[in-house]
Amino acid sequence: MKLHGIRVPHKKNTANSVPVRLGVPKTVYIPMSMHIGKPAKAVVKKGDTVRVGQLIGEADGFISAPVHSSVSGTVAKLEDMTISNGMKVQCVVIDTDGEQTVFEGVKPPEVNDLQSLVEAVKNSGAVGLGGAGFPTFVKLSVKDLSKLDAVVINAAECEPYITSDTRTMLDKSEFILKGIEALKKHLEVKRFVIGIEKNKPEAIEKMRRLAADTDGVEVKVLPSSYPQGGEKVLVYNTVKKIIPKGGLPLDVGVIVINVTTLAFIGEYLETGMPLVEKCVTVDGSAVKEPKNVIAPIGMTIADLLEGAGGTKAEVAKALYGGPMMGLAVPSLDSPVLKNTNAVTAMDVKEATPPKPTPCIRCGACLNHCPLRLDPREISKAYKTASPEDLLSLQVDLCMECGCCSYICPAHRPLVQTNKLAKAMLRTYKASAKKEGK
Amino acid sequence: MNKLISSVSPHFHTPRTSTKIMLDVIIALMPAAVASVIIFGWRALLVIGVCVLTCVLSEFLFEKLCKKENTVSDLSAVVTGMLLAFNLPVSIPVWQAVIGSVVAIIVVKQLFGGIGQNFANPAITARIIMLVAFAGPMTNWTNPVGIPDSVTSATPLAVMTNGGALPSYKDLFLGYYPGSLGETCTLALLLGGIYLLIRRVISWHTPVAFIGTVAIMSLVCGKDVLGQLLSGGLMIGAIFMATDYSTTPSTKWGKIIFGVGCGLITILIRFWGNYPEGVSYSILIMNILTPFISKLTRSKPLTGGGKQ
Repeated sequence: MKLHGIRVPHKKNTANSVPVRLGVPKTVYIPMSMHIGKPAKAVVKKGDTVRVGQLIGEADGFISAPVHSSVSGTVAKLEDMTISNGMKVQCVVIDTDGEQTVFEGVKPPEVNDLQSLVEAVKNSGAVGLGGAGFPTFVKLSVKDLSKLDAVVINAAECEPYITSDTRTMLDKSEFILKGIEALKKHLEVKRFVIGIEKNKPEAIEKMRRLAADTDGVEVKVLPSSYPQGGEKVLVYNTVKKIIPKGGLPLDVGVIVINVTTLAFIGEYLETGMPLVEKCVTVDGSAVKEPKNVIAPIGMTIADLLEGAGGTKAEVAKALYGGPMMGLAVPSLDSPVLKNTNAVTAMDVKEATPPKPTPCIRCGACLNHCPLRLDPREISKAYKTASPEDLLSLQVDLCMECGCCSYICPAHRPLVQTNKLAKAMLRTYKASAKKEGK
Repeated sequence: MNKLISSVSPHFHTPRTSTKIMLDVIIALMPAAVASVIIFGWRALLVIGVCVLTCVLSEFLFEKLCKKENTVSDLSAVVTGMLLAFNLPVSIPVWQAVIGSVVAIIVVKQLFGGIGQNFANPAITARIIMLVAFAGPMTNWTNPVGIPDSVTSATPLAVMTNGGALPSYKDLFLGYYPGSLGETCTLALLLGGIYLLIRRVISWHTPVAFIGTVAIMSLVCGKDVLGQLLSGGLMIGAIFMATDYSTTPSTKWGKIIFGVGCGLITILIRFWGNYPEGVSYSILIMNILTPFISKLTRSKPLTGGGKQ
């Protein structure tokens, strides 16, 4: 069985751009929530002096992640900030001193078993850097190690424009190896599969060399069709298993970890420097010189674009991530987050969505859905407010990859309707449960 | 600071549009249009022109009258006009062609909600209505240019049913025989079909299932297989009408069932029915069955055995 997908323009303009470190901005804005789960609790106050790598927000609750300062300087204030999902979160604003003095507490962690590895990963502030931002230590807290067969390393990088994972593979393979070795030792996994999309020959070559020298590591070249990096698609195309609906990769004996996250863990184990900076691909039609940069977390997108060489057109839309699943930011004052792997800045022409026209029933949406859903029927069921139909159409399986919306020649807002339909189904299920009780 | 556009992902879209798809269909119909003029003379162009113009005008006026958004620019009315013209004899009176076009666009397409909403193929349904309403002119076949009127002008399928001399396979392939103006030239229709396949406007499933079924059933029934394939509306039906998006299933298996069904009904009518030709009826009947076929062949979501 072959999963469907779509051919999107790759636009990997920056694959050969070695990341350049940007200068420290005057001010950084570090939100206490850059992960899925409960926001961190700020542990600094106005006027405090902070240094690079110092804890400024501690994890609150099980699914949460700590936050560290990416700069040295003084806390200017703590303010509420609207983030791109519309939520208000607390944000630590730091005026930098330009010294980038490293916090004295930064030292390599001691890891000698799974528990201490999980603790170290937690303290590193690591979250899924591929985009979702799920706290990594939670993923590694496997209760029953015998269930685990393989670790799938997500290096598909199927979004257009983005090349930061490619750069990780080319520039940081020693840390990827270190990460693999740590997991191999403490998670007792024997099989590691690195999934890379075909359009990255250099990265594939580099990882193949790594795999040749390391036991249990294999490279799986994935077809050049979006969304190879979607968890369900990736797991199927690497280990031929389908993650059950509502389940986790672990249900099929797999942990999926993004290659940059893994390299970060490897690096953290060696240096002890928490997650405070990111390699970010800066590209898009409004960007003058597309390139990869290393930016401190909390740097505003405006500063980032400026530092990366400026814009050649007015920015009409800016995204965290790439054009397929990227999140449009409310303003250029939005900061670089832990899971920001790219910033796509679009000019008016690229940013303006095409006008929807009536559905011509061509069937492109349902013939390209990787999970074989029927977006056309889902739209109909949503419009007629029929949650029972949505249930049987399995809309809650939708991973919101956007293939249907991309491929639709009538430019119908299909994945957008799927999202609304999912919410409708959730409400329906919740009320059904209530009535059942 | 300028205001940023805020929209939900995806932020990229295919360059393909409904209009471009329809334009591809029009391009694919061009060889047959040229062939019709060569075979039946300039009046073919007149009939095509009248049908296209009337279809576009009907759509425009209907949407204007109903205060609906205008969809003339998607070119689907042009396609309907061309297909209807291709299904008419070249000698059809202009006023009848006009009525057929109005029926196709307003009755069959717009009254059901316009593009994508109609359940029956407008061109085919209009042709069938015309066949009933104008039985004489609709079956008044003229010979191709260069063949004197003294020669019988029965269609090959009528000849096969009633006996007589059949044109050579070469003439059948090139379309030099009496018939509807756009349906006779198999060569031109195949060229258009290949173009549509290359452009991924249609998939091979329906045409192959349709034509394959007719071929196999002709063989089984001991009929002239090549003669059956090359005459009548089979090619135009299988390539251009049975692949219409709105009125046929979207899934692979749905398309195959649709094609096989069309093939079987065509054979039934051709060999045992009162009419010499059955392609139009077969497609219309299968159009009606499409919602059921779609439901039957809906792809199963990959839940991996997960909970509801």
